[in-house]
Amino acid sequence: MDKFTTLTGIAAPMPLVNIDTDMIIPKQFLKTIARSGLGKNLFDEMRYTQDGAEIPDFVLNQPAYRKAEILVAGDNFGCGSSREHAPWALLDFGIRCVISTSFADIFFNNCFKNGILPIVLPQEAVDVLMADAKKGANARMTVDLPAQTVTTSDGQVFGFEVDSHRKHCLINGLDDIGLTLEKASSIDAYEAKAATTRPWA
Amino acid sequence: MTAAPRTLYDKIWDDHVVHQAEDGTCLLYIDRHLVHEVTSPQAFEGLRMTGRTVRAPEKTIAVPDHNVPTTLDRANAATMTEESRIQVEALDKNAKDFGINYYPVSDVRQGIVHIVGPEQGWTLPGMTVVCGDSHTATHGAFGALAHGIGTSEVEHVLATQTLIQRKGKNMKVEITGSLRPGVTAKDITLSVIGATGTAGGTGYVIEYCGQAIRELSMEGRMTVCNMAIEGGARAGLIAPDEKTFAYVMGRPHAPKGAKWEAALAYWKTLFTDEGAHFDKVVTIKGEDIAPVVTWGTSPEDVLPITGVVPAPEAFSGGKVEAAKRSLDYMGLTPGMKLTDIKIDTVFIGSCTNGRIEDLRAAAAILKGKKIAVKRAMVVPGSGLVRAQAEEEGLAQIFIDAGFEWRLAGCSMCLAMNPDQLQPGERCAATSNRNFEGRQGRGGRTHLLSPAMAAAAAITGHLTDVRELMSESV
Repeated sequence: MDKFTTLTGIAAPMPLVNIDTDMIIPKQFLKTIARSGLGKNLFDEMRYTQDGAEIPDFVLNQPAYRKAEILVAGDNFGCGSSREHAPWALLDFGIRCVISTSFADIFFNNCFKNGILPIVLPQEAVDVLMADAKKGANARMTVDLPAQTVTTSDGQVFGFEVDSHRKHCLINGLDDIGLTLEKASSIDAYEAKAATTRPWA
Repeated sequence: MTAAPRTLYDKIWDDHVVHQAEDGTCLLYIDRHLVHEVTSPQAFEGLRMTGRTVRAPEKTIAVPDHNVPTTLDRANAATMTEESRIQVEALDKNAKDFGINYYPVSDVRQGIVHIVGPEQGWTLPGMTVVCGDSHTATHGAFGALAHGIGTSEVEHVLATQTLIQRKGKNMKVEITGSLRPGVTAKDITLSVIGATGTAGGTGYVIEYCGQAIRELSMEGRMTVCNMAIEGGARAGLIAPDEKTFAYVMGRPHAPKGAKWEAALAYWKTLFTDEGAHFDKVVTIKGEDIAPVVTWGTSPEDVLPITGVVPAPEAFSGGKVEAAKRSLDYMGLTPGMKLTDIKIDTVFIGSCTNGRIEDLRAAAAILKGKKIAVKRAMVVPGSGLVRAQAEEEGLAQIFIDAGFEWRLAGCSMCLAMNPDQLQPGERCAATSNRNFEGRQGRGGRTHLLSPAMAAAAAITGHLTDVRELMSESV
């Protein structure tokens, strides 16, 4: 997993609420057995017509936002299906950070496993960031994970909360499985005990 | 010393903590890991690349369901796209290479993972159950802590039989009293989401309780828990009782003999203690729940069938724009009666409503009638549900009415296989998501119960099933 420390980049505004993972990556692209290559189909049905032409109005098709690295989104981003293809597609497109008032739980979790930082901020802060994102490519936002701040293009700073374990893993690009396997003796001990307390399981 | 009162969720959680870090991050033991072909190939590939193995293959169960065709000729490989075939073949190979329990497409026990798990007795009360699928919440009907995970976590569970977790908050959803005739588990779960919104349960584990929940069958309880995720909650739970134990007893992988007795004694401790704390409580009167349908493109867009299509201005905040977009996508006009919405297609199936009780409910409405829609299909949740429905004569009722009688799979719930809607095609579906494009690009989905789906099939428009019920009395 790539490390995440600080990021200064273009933020694309997507104010729609309840953007679900079917929108982020429609099911026809889940047939892959790889993790990469999904960026071209990110938001496929919002981004292209049925015959594959770009829909010019869609935010990521607009010249200012084609190289966006941050999304500022409406409430409950990433709801629905657990498909990790959603963060894979975002990452493959180049998005490393999503900011919203709320995220669906499984999507939120999946982001951290892929070096994407999801940031939850109050409505007032998201409103300011949304307005900043709407300014286009010249307005770059800065996300500083160690300092836990988002700074708008005109210097307004918002602090955010992040789970300490997840922050540590993101900053250092750590693999969860490796960390857990260091606790193998605890798992062995748990299994030995469960074999007597819950032998049917 | 008296221990502090705990919720059912607290108890299951406490019994599965392997390790707790100072910051509260826990390593949680996983009793059952269910696997399907779409969210697992990258996880198995990860194991291969790092030289890791599956820690507990005996606790891991795989079945292909999302991609598989449901037509009777599916043994013919040409019925699948090459990509789908590669995914299913990858699961065949991974199951074999890593020695995990497997129900291939050719096995009569094959079906939707969340129907196969309980049916085969893999899902037991008090367990932790995960799967790379958000509808894993279904298994909560047994008093198991069950939730969906992403592919990275699938790999984590395969390698370690644990998950890194932080405990969620407790939410109680109580349905008091009894349901009225024509109202089902699907109407409960949709009504709850209608009341709380699709983010209402985010960060919580829901415990469903109350008389109306107790009165549901195990199938109905699975329908309720299945859609906990649509309300934002990762997991939904129902305390196990005699109905649960009766359902589990004798299933192929349920405990037997002395182990059964020991299990039963433990399962009887799985309830929320008097006075335990819930962070959020929602109470709905069972008598107040009507047969419902969705009108929009979010599962929270729920209304009683007697209602009218709402105006976007009736909402507030970001929902105003979202509702405008939904109505445009759905091709509906505010003020229109829901019962005036014409239906092209009816889909009965999915992990929400693909069990035997669902097929019985639909067949009871359809018996002796003909469909008035362009197409209608029943996709049983498993090969065993299909066989039982044939034995009970339900299959013939569906066929006589004009339904296609399919083989088991996820089918048109997410349309990864050839079962898809065309742009503008309007479907009454017993599945769980009405998202844009979910059942096929441009397809329009109205979620409802199996009985309501059957009613729409007969009349050709969304219909209050109670009217057809009074006809037959």
